[in-house]
Amino acid sequence: MSVDYTYELPVIEGKPTFANINDSISSPMEKMPDKKYYIALSITLTMLMIGLVSIGYTFYKGIGAWGNNIPVAWAFDITNFVFWVGIGHAGTLISAILFLFRQKWRTGIARFSEGMTIFAVMTAGLFPLIHVGRPWLAGYLFPYPNEHHVWINFASPLVWDVFAVSTYFTVSFIFWYVGLIPDFAALRDRTRNKVKKIIYSITSLGWRFSNYHWKHYEIMYLVLAGFATPLVLSVHTIVSFDFAVSILPGWHTTIFPPYFVAGAVFSGFAMVQNVLIFIRKIFNYEHIITLNTLEKMNKIMLATGSMVGYAYATEFFMAWYSGNGLEQFTFINRAFGPYAWAYWTMVSCNVIFPQLFWFKKFRRAIPIMFAIGIFVNVGMWFERFVIIVTSLSRDFLPSSWGHYTPTMIDFGILIGSFGLFFTLLLLFTKTLPVVSIAEVKSVLEGAHPSHHGGEK
Amino acid sequence: MENKILYSITGIFSKPDDIIKAVEKIAELGYKKYDVNTPYPIHGMDSAMKLKPSLLGYFALVFGLTGAITALIFMWWSGTLDYPLVIGGKPTFILPAFIPVAFELTVLVATIGTVLTMLFLFFKLPNNAHPLHDTDYMKKVSNDKFGISVEAKDPKFNEQEVVNLLNELAAEEVNPIHYNNDEIRYKPKIFDLKFIIFLVVAAIATSGASYFTFNKLMFMIPFNWMAEQDKSLAQYKSTFFKDGFAMRQPVEGTVARGFMPYQYHEKPEDAEKSLMNPISITNDNLEKGRAKFNTFCSPCHGYFGKGDSRLNGQFPNPPSLHSDKALNWQDGRLYHVITDGQNSMPPYSKQLSIEERWRVVSYIRTLQRAMKAKEEDLK
Repeated sequence: MSVDYTYELPVIEGKPTFANINDSISSPMEKMPDKKYYIALSITLTMLMIGLVSIGYTFYKGIGAWGNNIPVAWAFDITNFVFWVGIGHAGTLISAILFLFRQKWRTGIARFSEGMTIFAVMTAGLFPLIHVGRPWLAGYLFPYPNEHHVWINFASPLVWDVFAVSTYFTVSFIFWYVGLIPDFAALRDRTRNKVKKIIYSITSLGWRFSNYHWKHYEIMYLVLAGFATPLVLSVHTIVSFDFAVSILPGWHTTIFPPYFVAGAVFSGFAMVQNVLIFIRKIFNYEHIITLNTLEKMNKIMLATGSMVGYAYATEFFMAWYSGNGLEQFTFINRAFGPYAWAYWTMVSCNVIFPQLFWFKKFRRAIPIMFAIGIFVNVGMWFERFVIIVTSLSRDFLPSSWGHYTPTMIDFGILIGSFGLFFTLLLLFTKTLPVVSIAEVKSVLEGAHPSHHGGEK
Repeated sequence: MENKILYSITGIFSKPDDIIKAVEKIAELGYKKYDVNTPYPIHGMDSAMKLKPSLLGYFALVFGLTGAITALIFMWWSGTLDYPLVIGGKPTFILPAFIPVAFELTVLVATIGTVLTMLFLFFKLPNNAHPLHDTDYMKKVSNDKFGISVEAKDPKFNEQEVVNLLNELAAEEVNPIHYNNDEIRYKPKIFDLKFIIFLVVAAIATSGASYFTFNKLMFMIPFNWMAEQDKSLAQYKSTFFKDGFAMRQPVEGTVARGFMPYQYHEKPEDAEKSLMNPISITNDNLEKGRAKFNTFCSPCHGYFGKGDSRLNGQFPNPPSLHSDKALNWQDGRLYHVITDGQNSMPPYSKQLSIEERWRVVSYIRTLQRAMKAKEEDLK
């Protein structure tokens, strides 16, 4: 297939009109959900219920309900936390970094992936809270004037984590909300339902599409994208500091920040791609979320997946090159020790399968990319498991080694986290526009003046 | 029908090219108070309207710097001035370790500040009472049309002229927009019954919720600070052991480490005859003896052994240690009284080790000597 590179491919296919866009994006919110939706919701709610029961049991019994025990004090809880924070990173990358790079194909998927960012960070935030065992005391993590007159230790990576994740959530939420304001206004002017009209009037703040507003709005979007870009890099960097700043062999490495960020984008894109495959089919958005868009996402997965693979190799090389026996042991133990099965799951899912994306045929075949996306998420979950559990279970003195085996409650909470994420996502698809109406209109063909001397 | 006040004359266009041309013309003619409403920002519209670049970026800069500086000053103040706490032997102000938090707060303050400034200061939102709302014009420009609205407040405004101009520019529709009289006349009432009921309900709900949280919920499992645990407490009945005692007896014949049986129990004379003070009279020993004396003996006997403590008169009076009887006793007899007790005085063998008892004895001897000092002691 020969490609003509002399003109840009249209981002939105099929030449829809502005009104078509308005109708097709608003339609899921104007129709009653069908049977399939309720079936999907009942599945995710069941998963969420399993998680809630497991968490309730944990609160009642204490952390002893989990498999964690010294020396493996961090296990499924922190693995899930890092995994879900990572999932969130794709959304900010799409909405902020690709915006700065003027990648127009992002418009079709930006809103949805921003939503996934917010839900993923909410899910992730749950884990440090339940991990402390007494989550209602988490307020101690913030610097507030208390009766003891003691302040928190600002040099602690765990405190950095609190600031990074809470800032990330707040900024992502604001970014998402200001993007929604014009769409709320469009919905306000469409709806015939009185209650919806009141809700949209409140949430749109009385937006009136004035060009005086658009002028500032565009600058604001640029500024926010400029802030969100270093922010998203800082969040997973700081998450990696939770490990890298400690002195444990296998954790104490300077490669962690870039390696974690690449891994986060990798798994996040896999998750976004998996979910979008369903969304574009169910809501008939194949012309907005095009195969070209999915192909571009697969290319990013190939790039970040290769970075992750390179990081695995570098870790082994550095362990050998450092001449540090403990470091060398840790890595040999990862590949051939009691958790070797987890290590090789991780390597095959993260490094080997995504290499299929070198072939255009696989990049554009939906069943194959879906399967690879699933593999990537499984692999990335195991990556965090391998890093956390293998390093802790065999650290320095063989006499203080231990083995970690998860309990039913651990699995229950893991299932519950997926339940929470997908429940929120399902509710999102029926309550808010999953594609940005205003942004998609602005990338349609003929959306801008054709002959405006020097402007274009 | 009453008279309505004119807000503006609007024109609707359906092509971006047409709206840009129309706007350029209107700007050229010198209209100042007009607005362009488009479903998305159109490239080139700002220069067509001759708008100055947005100043929002400078606000973002100021907010970002505020966040960074506040964070750094706060971390320095809390750790270095207010409550210096040395953790891991590190200095109290560590710039590299403070950068993550300072960066996060920069982004947080800048984002919140910029967005709030834009929405509430620049745009004066929320504003659902604007005359353009709920008009066919607004319904069209939020969907697929582009509109111009020339306000009646413009100094050049003349209704007929503007209508003609918009028609000349080939607007698809030209319509006047009026103020809504109900909205103009509406005055919010603070003492509205509904509002007062809302305040009362809100007050009861928040106070009730706070009362429940702080006085009830915090005392329930699992919020009660682990006050109830599955363990046996001393003095409580045990369901685990057959004899019902939570506190266990040591195995018969157990001897504590360092335990020495006292062979002169209830034999003061034998103790006086046989026991010798093994402690040498050094400053260190006397100092340690004084510390123990002040802790255990002075509550009754007084700091100088005169029996003049605050128990004097409230109790069988504690005896003076400067009586002839006490002066004439050998060290062994004093040791015996401390170890075994006497009359109302309990034994102190649990509180004081053998060595400590002898030190206390030496200290008592020092006190006795000091109270009856001889001429040559002054030298």
